[in-house]
Amino acid sequence: MHTQSVAQLSQLLSQGTVSSTELTEHFLKRIESLDSDINSFITVNRDGALKQAQMADKQRADGLAGPLTGVPIAHKDIFCTQGIKTTCASRMLENFIPPYESTVTANIAAAGMVNLGKTNMDEFAMGSSNETSFFGASRNPWNTNHIPGGSSGGSAAAVAAALAPIATGTDTGGSIRQPAAHTGLTGIKPTYGSVSRWGMIAFASSLDQAGPMATSAEDAALLLNTMVSHDNRDSTSVAHPNSDFLTKLNTPISGLRIGVPASFFSADLDSEVGDAIQLAISQLQQQGAVIVPISLEMNQHALSAYYVIAPSEASANLSRFDGVRFGHRCEDPKDLKDLYSRSRSEGFGAEVQTRILVGTYALSAGYYDAYYRKAQKLRRLIKDDFEQAFKQVDVILAPTTPSTACKLGEKFGDPAKMYLEDIYTLAVNLAGLPAMSLPCGMAKGLPIGMQLIGPAFGEANILHLGHQFQQHSDWHKQRAPIALQEVSA
Amino acid sequence: MSITNESVQHVAELAMLSLDQPAIDKATEKLNQVLNLIDNLQAVDTDDVEPLAHPLDAIQILRADEVTKQNNRDALLSNAPESQDGQFVVPRVVE
Repeated sequence: MHTQSVAQLSQLLSQGTVSSTELTEHFLKRIESLDSDINSFITVNRDGALKQAQMADKQRADGLAGPLTGVPIAHKDIFCTQGIKTTCASRMLENFIPPYESTVTANIAAAGMVNLGKTNMDEFAMGSSNETSFFGASRNPWNTNHIPGGSSGGSAAAVAAALAPIATGTDTGGSIRQPAAHTGLTGIKPTYGSVSRWGMIAFASSLDQAGPMATSAEDAALLLNTMVSHDNRDSTSVAHPNSDFLTKLNTPISGLRIGVPASFFSADLDSEVGDAIQLAISQLQQQGAVIVPISLEMNQHALSAYYVIAPSEASANLSRFDGVRFGHRCEDPKDLKDLYSRSRSEGFGAEVQTRILVGTYALSAGYYDAYYRKAQKLRRLIKDDFEQAFKQVDVILAPTTPSTACKLGEKFGDPAKMYLEDIYTLAVNLAGLPAMSLPCGMAKGLPIGMQLIGPAFGEANILHLGHQFQQHSDWHKQRAPIALQEVSA
Repeated sequence: MSITNESVQHVAELAMLSLDQPAIDKATEKLNQVLNLIDNLQAVDTDDVEPLAHPLDAIQILRADEVTKQNNRDALLSNAPESQDGQFVVPRVVE
């Protein structure tokens, strides 16, 4: 049951083969038995999930069920969930219980889905390996000596280990796509503004965007249908022109123009990853797609622009954590300044503090023009570069990551190595575009991901291409050994 | 560009982080690594380029100036490290 897709589970539920309560109990049992090896959950919502499942079964009996009613889901612990602990994987929010629900989780609950719990992540979504979590690293279900990727690593690991059929993630610089690539999942980062950020704990507000992490493009489209909504409470939310991402999935791709940027296939790219991407390109060509070489030269500056803009926005967003209204407070503060600064130093981990310092420096008098303003100018050049490319092509295809998942500890604490993990994903966030990672091969027992990038609001195009690729390949059907492990009742 | 220990100490104060000397040393090393990584920023000519703050070039949408929220003081105070009589408690500011 746990290796079925959401589309299949939805069918089993509507046929009455299984109830939501049985399904939820099944996944809760798996989490209880198997998550000690993976550490993908911070909080398991056992009682709440069973209540939601019973409600979903009643809805179904009353003939009120939608396609996702009764299907369990795991949420990244960055989404505020009313009455359920929301930590953002930080000591700062170790005991925080939000008095409100994020729009994303509210939409998903309104669709009748069952919240299994809150997944592990890099602290405040800052990291590419899931090793900065206050609650310890998550592990890659394909090989537990390796990272699952970050920052949505807990969500990725939970789905890849079949502890949840689908999960939510967030992507500021690649945090859905990179862990999806490392764990063999299909994850999509939608166009900036199409999914509400209300109630999602902010890292870098002009880059953050929530999206689904699934085992197929079809499942990702199903969940995205529920996540996309215009929200008056988020002033950056926009009305999305496409309301149903499933309609286009089954049309053939012949004549579709796919742009391949040569600069993404340089010496930085692991040869096995490069070979797998090339094979996927040939497969798509056989399916009738037209391959067009394109140039995205400004991508080489994405890393610099990102690591100025993201920490700058983070330093501003994280100033709300001051130990006064919520979150960690130090013992016996001697005055207000001592309360602020000791609470923050004790509450934030090392990576978060480094980024706050970088951001504060980049925004400080004397450096604002040289760093922050310069980075915003580069951001426009990067966006213009994509716009030029999309005059020639419908979708851009590139690797998601330079290599497969590294070992735990291999790059931890070394920003020069770790930040390069995201070199192929960062530009997409700076330009606000939608992009998806889907599996296209394996190397030494670990999955390889390829990335499809679309123009703004082109989610339907990339989901379509991804689904058609998956109709002619079975990389997305391969499962980590732990996902196949049965748990006794 | 490289950053000195003294500058990091100053930035830490601006960011309301209390770092001891070993932490300052470590942060200086890390910040210099990050600054080295992003320094090719300066190589690009951007004289005539308008900065981009919002990826979709959208403008700030404002709502009507009307009260929309219920008073949920008790719920908001429930996460406070210390509260009293409906207020957040902090160390005395004025002697």
